[in-house]
Amino acid sequence: MPNIIAVVCASYGLAQSVCDGEDLPARAERFFRSDHTNNWAVLVCTSRFWFNYRHVANTLSVYRSVKRLGIPDSHIVLMLADDMACNHRNPKPATVFSHKNMELNVYGDDVEVDYRGYEVTVENFLRVLTGRLPPSTPRSKRLLSDDHSNILIYLTGHGGNGFLKFQDSEEISNVELADAFEQMWQKRRYNELLFIIDTCQGASMYERFYSPNLMALASSQVGEDSLSHQPDLAIGVHLMDRYTFYLLEFLEDIHPASQANMNDLFKVCPKSQCVSTPGHRTDLFQRDPGSVLITDFFGSVRKVEITMETINLTVPGIPLERFGGEPHTETALAYVDQLPVAQIIHQKPKQKDWHPPDGFILGLWTLILLVFFRTYGIKHLKHIF
Amino acid sequence: LSIRPVLSDPEKQRGRSAAVAIAALVIAAGIPLWWKTTETYRAWLPAARISELEALQLELRVEVEVVFARGTLSPEQQKKVPASRITYESCCKSKSLCLVEADHALHTLTETSCGSVVIYIIPEASALLPQDMRVYVGRSRTALLRSQVASVVGAGLPEVLAALDPQMEQVLQTMSFNHQDVTAALTDRLRPGLSTRDSLADSMRAFKSSPGYEITFSLLNPDPKHHQLHWDVEAALDAYIYPLLHKMAPVANFSVDSQILYYAVLGVNPRYDASASAYTLSADSLAHVINPVEARLGSNAASSNPVLNFLLYVPDSLHSPLIIRNDQKQEVASNAFHSPRWGGIMVYNVDGAYGNDTQFPVDIAIDMSRVMGVFLSQLRLMLGFQQTGAPPGFVLEAAGREGVAEWELDRLLWSRSVENVATASASITSLAQLLDQIANIVINDNIAQQVASAVTALQAAVAELEAGNLALALEHSREAISASERAFFDPSLLHLLYFPDDQKFAIYIPLFLPMCVPILLSLLKIFREVQQHRAEKRAKRD
Repeated sequence: MPNIIAVVCASYGLAQSVCDGEDLPARAERFFRSDHTNNWAVLVCTSRFWFNYRHVANTLSVYRSVKRLGIPDSHIVLMLADDMACNHRNPKPATVFSHKNMELNVYGDDVEVDYRGYEVTVENFLRVLTGRLPPSTPRSKRLLSDDHSNILIYLTGHGGNGFLKFQDSEEISNVELADAFEQMWQKRRYNELLFIIDTCQGASMYERFYSPNLMALASSQVGEDSLSHQPDLAIGVHLMDRYTFYLLEFLEDIHPASQANMNDLFKVCPKSQCVSTPGHRTDLFQRDPGSVLITDFFGSVRKVEITMETINLTVPGIPLERFGGEPHTETALAYVDQLPVAQIIHQKPKQKDWHPPDGFILGLWTLILLVFFRTYGIKHLKHIF
Repeated sequence: LSIRPVLSDPEKQRGRSAAVAIAALVIAAGIPLWWKTTETYRAWLPAARISELEALQLELRVEVEVVFARGTLSPEQQKKVPASRITYESCCKSKSLCLVEADHALHTLTETSCGSVVIYIIPEASALLPQDMRVYVGRSRTALLRSQVASVVGAGLPEVLAALDPQMEQVLQTMSFNHQDVTAALTDRLRPGLSTRDSLADSMRAFKSSPGYEITFSLLNPDPKHHQLHWDVEAALDAYIYPLLHKMAPVANFSVDSQILYYAVLGVNPRYDASASAYTLSADSLAHVINPVEARLGSNAASSNPVLNFLLYVPDSLHSPLIIRNDQKQEVASNAFHSPRWGGIMVYNVDGAYGNDTQFPVDIAIDMSRVMGVFLSQLRLMLGFQQTGAPPGFVLEAAGREGVAEWELDRLLWSRSVENVATASASITSLAQLLDQIANIVINDNIAQQVASAVTALQAAVAELEAGNLALALEHSREAISASERAFFDPSLLHLLYFPDDQKFAIYIPLFLPMCVPILLSLLKIFREVQQHRAEKRAKRD
């Protein structure tokens, strides 16, 4: 009686949760829940000057979380517009703190900043996104994503309705950003993209997106300001912005095997904590946000397959043939002289060439002489000539 | 009391002609000059040919040679076969030949060009193939098909071939390409849902077509105090890997390097399993192994080519032996796993090589043939040679030491050519669309030249695919894709910063308005005066 057998098998399956025929589809499901094979992150801080310390701290705390969850430095493009850790106004050099009372130093030991200082411009940012970099650009400054990469883009700084200010001198508009994402989509430079922006009126920046597979979060709506969190009296500036502060708190609870999804991320920093209303946009995203894991974007969980097939190469008695001819003899290698050490050590002190006195000294002496002769009379001139 | 200067008539006339002259100069010379100098330089692109590319139809042609062995055709059918096709097989008379030798002997008979397939039809009663197998696919481009043809009564050559058609089609789908392969090669250009799960997994696993790849072999030794490892990687690469890479030379350039990393640990703690008296890594924890190691690996910073990493991990003496378990908690024979588009990791246990009381560090020579067997199969997967599920009744000869069979390489070349053509045409069409849309991007001459050469190479590649010359088609498609990528990613193609219309007005109005207002007003005044003058004249006449 097939019905009874089917029922028995099903109940057995429920009790044990392992039914041999079920394993293959279940594994395939896990494999295919998201289509990405690698993760990239582009983290940008666009403001300079000491009083914008909090923007650098924002970016570095997202950098820290992303590294902790597994994305390696080779897959992170970090752009910081100014140097806060070694700023001469920093009372604690080589540190960037994100909590009051200096609890958490987000600068750490192994920060790798790819674009620093004046290299952070709208042009460089768009070049990184679209891939149109000069051929001499090193690998660490490029976004080498492919059609199965999930990219996290985080922007912070000062913004307004439809623009984001870079370096206090130029701005990127939401139309340019949307066009850059469309060019990325045309070349299939991403599989899915998560865009987070923490600026005033941040929601205006994702209004114009039109490419598929984009999800966006912003810290405030159009017409609202994003506020900073807490000043530190020892350092003298505000340390973090509210949205990123609560975002960092949320991310500290995530570990690489965590199953938290995007709906939890949307709940970060409600209006009671943030004062502004965070917004998000998911209409261009194909999957349901509830099925998207946080680690799909913030971490780097690799898909792994067991190698079932191997090639049997062990044929006894056959020596390994050398391909490509005879091995060349090893020539002894030596380092090229980097410094002309011999010249430096045995150098005689160079004779300083005599220079005639320059303008300032001449002018000074002329002035002194003139004053002298004016007061004491011109007849003393005969002592000179 | 305001005194208006009274102008005499000649002065008024002079004033009027001066105003008209200035206005004429501004309009005739100024406006064209301003337009020309604020224009962006845009070289000419072959827009018509590019729009043809959007509706590109690909036709793939495989050259098939069908050879009937003695005994397959009845005598009257043999008479109907055209004379040029009758050749007498003199080499396969002996029935005691084994399959591989037969295949090798047949291979020497015909000269097969890249992309073509030779099918030998052998009689039903032949003992070459085992009883339930119908088709044997050898290492070169030949296949042996056992079939009953003589039963087709009164048939000429077309009917005979028609009877063989379904079986031959199956052979060709295994050896050259089938619908799944082609859709997999075009996955990112197609709507989602068209490709099957298997082909999607294959396309995720293999790297996309790229002009070059970098392969790094790393030996991870977390315990140098106890294990002193020796691996002769150069000889092993020469013997096992370079032949495969040499065969793949028409597809891409490869650069291989190797390194040894000391004190590099896996990111997960293996659990001790007393029943197997070994440490085990479960399948779930494998995903977290790669990330901590990757930070240490380094890469060749000179090029932007994709990197394949193959890691050989020798567990430390405290955690030996280390075995990998799959989802069903069974031991994995190869003790290795791979990650799509990244590479593979193999765990090599050396605890059997020494006892408890040896003096540390122990010199251990790694058996490179076993290691390279695993790495070679992983490399094949990464490069795009799919795990071909053989259809029922087929025997596929394994590639063995050569690394890859010629028909497998042909399969890869077919899918790569299609992928290259699709990607190049998509790049060109989207570039043309982009340049059309954004009016203030400068198009330099070199970009126009790259685009033109890409279009030419694309059309040549499509023509060669139609003609069935696979090697030439691949070469043209590689040329097309490299030219199109260079054109698309040219650093000069950054559009001048976005100028919304209101900003354009805001820039030009302060410059031109103060100049234009007097000109316009004086023109208006002159026009009104002329009209008035005419009206007066008309009144006087009347």
